[in-house]
Amino acid sequence: MKVALFVPCYVDQFYPQVGIASLQLLQKLGITAHFPAQQTCCGQPLANSGCERDALPIYQHFVDTFQDYDYVVAPSGSCVYHVRKHFDKMEQSDAVQHVRAAAYDLIDFITQVLGVTDIPGRFPHKVGLHLSCHGQRGLHQANESEMTPVRDGQLRRLLSSLDGLELTELDRNDECCGFGGTFCVSEAAISGRMGQDRVADHVRNGTAVLTGGDMSCLMHLQGIVRRRQLPIRVLHAAEILNGLSC
Amino acid sequence: MSHSIRAEKFVADVDRTTWHDETLWFVRQKRDKAVYGVPEFQELRELASQIKEHTLSRLDDYLVQFEAAAKANGVHVHWAADAREHNDIVLGIIRRHGATRVVKSKSMLTEECHLNPELIRAGIEVIDTDLGERIIQLRDEAPSHLVLPAIHLKKEDVSDTFHLHLGTEKGNHDPQQLTEAARQHLRAKFLAGQVAITGVNFAIAETGGVVICTNEGNADLGVNLAPVHIACMGIEKLLPRLTDLGVFTRLLARSATGQPVTTYTSHYTKPAEGRELHIVLVDNGRTQQLGRPDFRASLKCIRCGACMNTCPVYRRSGGHSYDFTVPGPIGAILSPNIDMKKHSSLPFASTLCGSCTDVCPVKIDIHVQLYKWRQVLAEANEIPASKKWSMKFMGRMLTSPKAFGVSGRLGRQALRLLPHGLTHATSLNTWAIARELPEPPKQSFREWYQQQEGKS
Repeated sequence: MKVALFVPCYVDQFYPQVGIASLQLLQKLGITAHFPAQQTCCGQPLANSGCERDALPIYQHFVDTFQDYDYVVAPSGSCVYHVRKHFDKMEQSDAVQHVRAAAYDLIDFITQVLGVTDIPGRFPHKVGLHLSCHGQRGLHQANESEMTPVRDGQLRRLLSSLDGLELTELDRNDECCGFGGTFCVSEAAISGRMGQDRVADHVRNGTAVLTGGDMSCLMHLQGIVRRRQLPIRVLHAAEILNGLSC
Repeated sequence: MSHSIRAEKFVADVDRTTWHDETLWFVRQKRDKAVYGVPEFQELRELASQIKEHTLSRLDDYLVQFEAAAKANGVHVHWAADAREHNDIVLGIIRRHGATRVVKSKSMLTEECHLNPELIRAGIEVIDTDLGERIIQLRDEAPSHLVLPAIHLKKEDVSDTFHLHLGTEKGNHDPQQLTEAARQHLRAKFLAGQVAITGVNFAIAETGGVVICTNEGNADLGVNLAPVHIACMGIEKLLPRLTDLGVFTRLLARSATGQPVTTYTSHYTKPAEGRELHIVLVDNGRTQQLGRPDFRASLKCIRCGACMNTCPVYRRSGGHSYDFTVPGPIGAILSPNIDMKKHSSLPFASTLCGSCTDVCPVKIDIHVQLYKWRQVLAEANEIPASKKWSMKFMGRMLTSPKAFGVSGRLGRQALRLLPHGLTHATSLNTWAIARELPEPPKQSFREWYQQQEGKS
């Protein structure tokens, strides 16, 4: 199995530890992932701003970079959703179709492709889970409150398999955090308020460590946590599953 | 003015925003509870979606069928290409009857056509009889929600308005007493009404009848007291058969307010003896939307307002921030069809979280259409130039791994070296209004990876 690791552009630059944790976690599960150095971005920031046409060369670059791999794994539901859903704008060559189908979010890859149901380890903290909307509603990584009162999902289960970990029960389990790509600066006032409300839900319900599958939402929430100097640590789920202790 | 500027004003009142958000979230929770209680709810949505798609695919046929059936029932049927024609038709009917007093139940279509100011200019008294609509009419405001038109107001605001216009006791905020005052005030208007205007929730092609759903019964009271009934409807309100209706009445109220069904679901098919029933069928941009394959599905909307209640942006920015008759996510995909320039910021007033699509009872792919409108708007140069050029620059950088690596390194260095006051100056960086920037690491992942490879 030839697996490539795609590290989203902003993760590469600001959260290298998330890429490292993803690589190491896969290693522990018996997968040696390769990081093709020419990779950049999935093109989502442009496309979400309406500039899909300018993103097409980026899509092509992505496909060229990853077409020789069986799987492209990324610690981001949002980027994977973009590749799967919006690369339909390209001519659907075999390579494009292959890359779209081969793109997996890290958690989905671990649970669906590798069939892993629990991770040995210990993390004795109260953990608040924030799934990205693209992961949750786009890739269906978890139940949606719009459909059912049952709160369930792959990452929820994986995290719960760690010893000592207690999940926070939020008042609003799956409300958007307000990051939204360029929305976070073009509608900064609403974006900020949405983030504050999300963080307040975690504070109210006792979250000590805030985690999720997408660093973009977490970067936004972390920005609020740090501005308000709250005693909450923000970590990508890969870091926790990789055995980080804090 | 863009949505973000209007939204910024709304959200500046922190406590009021909290109240607005929580009030609408409460309605969303009521909807959830009602939905969870119907095991076949998702099948109902699918069925409703298919019925609407089918109807839209042969709307011309169904409209002709509807007209013939309605005429056979003794109904006067009118066709209006736009708002102007609609208003002229309504005013013409009122004038023919020499009427000066009109009672009107809730109708987003007449809002869309700006009928009220038109009638008032013509010397007609028009009274909105839905409680929420009446409150905002007294305040000379537009509705801020499809189903809850005065949801932007608190009971204290209503008290002040009623004190000013209806002479209620100043500072008396008791909802029951305020409602009673409205009842007494409206009763006189109902009794004096010469023409009753209503909206239409559903129109049945097979029977030529229209269906009106209300909780207050105000449409029925108005219609049954006045000798003339004018029902105004957009052409997309059609359903093929009466047996299709049950699917929609099961979905509408559950999605809107969490009720199993609206208090009143009234069928108007024939005028009563000695009375007149007029139905005005209005296009006003709908066939144009029907001609846009990517956006056609927006015409499936049954105006339940569920997408507003669930939208985290709407709940924190208020309906007026959209500056369009239909606010919220559905308004953001309907409005550019009407005026692309004026409403160019609305499809960007969303995080594309997709919750609107998931609550929509007729499965309109709202967030997908928001994304598609963005593409249309950018192609039409209706996005800010700064955004356009920065995206072009990013496009260049992100196709070159070298340029990406270098810009990333420089950016991180700048962030480390420049003073916090500069990197977090809110005039330059709106991110910093509420948030800290991430702390830039010395090494990017790619630099670390390269180093590891060098070691091995």
